[in-house]
Amino acid sequence: MKATCWMGKRRVQVEEVPDPKILNAQDAIVKITSTAICGSDLHLFNGFIPTMEKGDILGHEFMGEVVEVGRGVKNLKVGDRVVVPFPISCGVCLACQAGMFSLCENSNPNAWIAEKIMGHSPAGVFGYSHMLGGFAGGQAEYARVPFADVGPLKVPDELTDEQVLFLSDIFPTGYMGAEMCDIQRGDVVAVWGAGPVGQFAIASAYLLGAEKVIAIDRFDYRLQMARERAGAWETIDYEKLDVRDALLELTGGRGPDKCIDAVGMEAHGHPGIYAYDRAKQALMLESDRPIALREAILNCRNGGIVSVIGVYGGFIDKFPMGSLMNRSLTIRSGQCHVQRYMKPLLQRVQNGEIDPSFVITHRLPLNQAPRGYDMFLNKEDHCEKVVLQA
Amino acid sequence: MPIAADSTRRYASSYGERRVASYPSTQTWGRRWDDHHREAGNGSEQGTEARARGLGWFSIGLGLAQIAAPRAVARLIGVSENDETKNTMFALGLREITSGIGILSRPQASGWVWSRVGGDLMDLALLGKAMSSEDNDRGRLAAATAAVLGVTVVDFITGRDLSREGDGTERPRGGPRPGRGVHVTEAITVNRPVPEVYDFWHNFENLPRFMEHLESVQVTGEGRSHWKAKAPAGASVEWDAETVEDRPNQLISWRALPDSTVPNSGSVRFREAPGNRGTEIIVDLQYQPPGGKLASLIAKLFGEEPGQQVKSDLRRFKQVMEVGEVVHSDSSIFRGTHAAQPPEDLNEVELLGSAKHQTNFSPRQESTATTTSR
Repeated sequence: MKATCWMGKRRVQVEEVPDPKILNAQDAIVKITSTAICGSDLHLFNGFIPTMEKGDILGHEFMGEVVEVGRGVKNLKVGDRVVVPFPISCGVCLACQAGMFSLCENSNPNAWIAEKIMGHSPAGVFGYSHMLGGFAGGQAEYARVPFADVGPLKVPDELTDEQVLFLSDIFPTGYMGAEMCDIQRGDVVAVWGAGPVGQFAIASAYLLGAEKVIAIDRFDYRLQMARERAGAWETIDYEKLDVRDALLELTGGRGPDKCIDAVGMEAHGHPGIYAYDRAKQALMLESDRPIALREAILNCRNGGIVSVIGVYGGFIDKFPMGSLMNRSLTIRSGQCHVQRYMKPLLQRVQNGEIDPSFVITHRLPLNQAPRGYDMFLNKEDHCEKVVLQA
Repeated sequence: MPIAADSTRRYASSYGERRVASYPSTQTWGRRWDDHHREAGNGSEQGTEARARGLGWFSIGLGLAQIAAPRAVARLIGVSENDETKNTMFALGLREITSGIGILSRPQASGWVWSRVGGDLMDLALLGKAMSSEDNDRGRLAAATAAVLGVTVVDFITGRDLSREGDGTERPRGGPRPGRGVHVTEAITVNRPVPEVYDFWHNFENLPRFMEHLESVQVTGEGRSHWKAKAPAGASVEWDAETVEDRPNQLISWRALPDSTVPNSGSVRFREAPGNRGTEIIVDLQYQPPGGKLASLIAKLFGEEPGQQVKSDLRRFKQVMEVGEVVHSDSSIFRGTHAAQPPEDLNEVELLGSAKHQTNFSPRQESTATTTSR
């Protein structure tokens, strides 16, 4: 089959690789119809996530048709149309039973690597480094999906691929980012990053009852999408305005009640701060650039909540712990427990409350995946979200 | 509105409550564990430990000198001061500091003291090489060599004593005794009831389903078993073992028979996890690795750390108990590193615990229950 492979820093290629095979009784093989490039794939592309091997198949947002099931699969059959959540979760360990699917205790065969970097290991993830399992990803023609009865969600025929594909990651991720804010009546929510996850965080904050949502980014077209499609009340271009001044004015001097970091480890910011963190990152003195996170913490109102859904890989520097502690801030974070959100969010799509396809700007055939990575990285042609059709 | 919010809050709060409920018992457990450690110390151990601490501080001091003033150190030992010397000094300084910090910060410092012995041997080799160069001061080099030889003896004696003493924790009778070869303790929590976990382990023939280095175990008689394990370079080793103690739902311990070629012993303890979380199991293993201490040190340098192997085995044990089989990724089925790509042919890869044991797969009831309740 054809698959998008990581070949080194800033290098992906569509290669001919062996077809997936059933390795565990609860596996299913899915013939992929639609798959997407995620912002977090760019961290892999740029070489910031350790433990990648040349030839690793990328991709963790995908859907398609079940073509084979292992003998332990009960609820899926050949021909079912499914969306696959990005965390691989067994459904029976303590974490899964508590709904913390991205912390599955059984799905990472390389847990020992993650343990060395993070203390304990999270779940395995499709196409996202060997530290998170070494699973082949879904930017391919076929994928092997472990625990097929636990993860994949059957979707109704009347919904198009584009309407349901993002249930695999970015819609639930944005939604969980908003849910962790514990939104109360009258809350003003600020969202750093108007990429696809940021867009869903904005839309979800409104679904969960936020009064006003403010989006912060540096690309006009993304801020425009935030206003016009996700419904943001105000937007701040941090290259044109001082974020702190703007937020103080917009919130009557209080600061946003809830702040969402939808940026993660490769943040940009004011040239001086950016240069500082970029240099430390290049010298391996920190692995991640926490510019958005610092700003979210420092700007959040006293007693507010900072919700972190942007991906971080390792260690950061100059973390404003004094601000967090003295001002009674709460910080919440996590890779999305996608399995927990798929059904309720599918219901919202079916109800017509949201059509997640609004973030798509580009559609390419699978064999043009490398072009998709370049466009997405360089924000060419107002690129927001690339969907690959297999 | 909140179909989603309700369902997720329920998940979140149930997890939260369970965690809070367990705090007091965790603390009690922690205190008892600490007490064991304190009570275990005795006079001679304290002497060795003081000597080890001295070596730790010596390492850090020497390392700092090598990094801060490489040329002065080079002069002192009679090596000519050039850029190459400076770089070598810097690397040696880093090594010294690492050993020093390791000795001072690890509850069980013997491994780090052995790293000093390795470092001493490296220093002696470098000094020998330096002797052969015309540029260096041979008188000073000879003095430096004598000093390093002296330190090597102290390091060796300290390392040996520390290894003999073990780490002082109480071990079950018949379980591993301190001071012989490699000793490993690892723990994991399995989300199944104690009797089920105990029963599975009690049948030693189940062990190769999750222990990567075991080929087979055959029960040969009352309390007797025959073990076959993989050895380096495709060879295998075999031995007979006897069960030393068997307390249902609490403890099993075993050891190789005295004439075994691979002296080893082990024990596994079972206890109920707090808050209905299943079973905590704690494994102690002790063995003389083929090739002795040096081989195991080298293995450690290349990532084959015994503690990590045992922990990975326990993780697979948890998978077999909870999921029904060992969980594979596209790369984990290959020996060594391999791209995350499907295998060309299933016959070429090793499917521990599933290919060999096709008939044993039994999916858990909860698997279906969880899915339907979502």
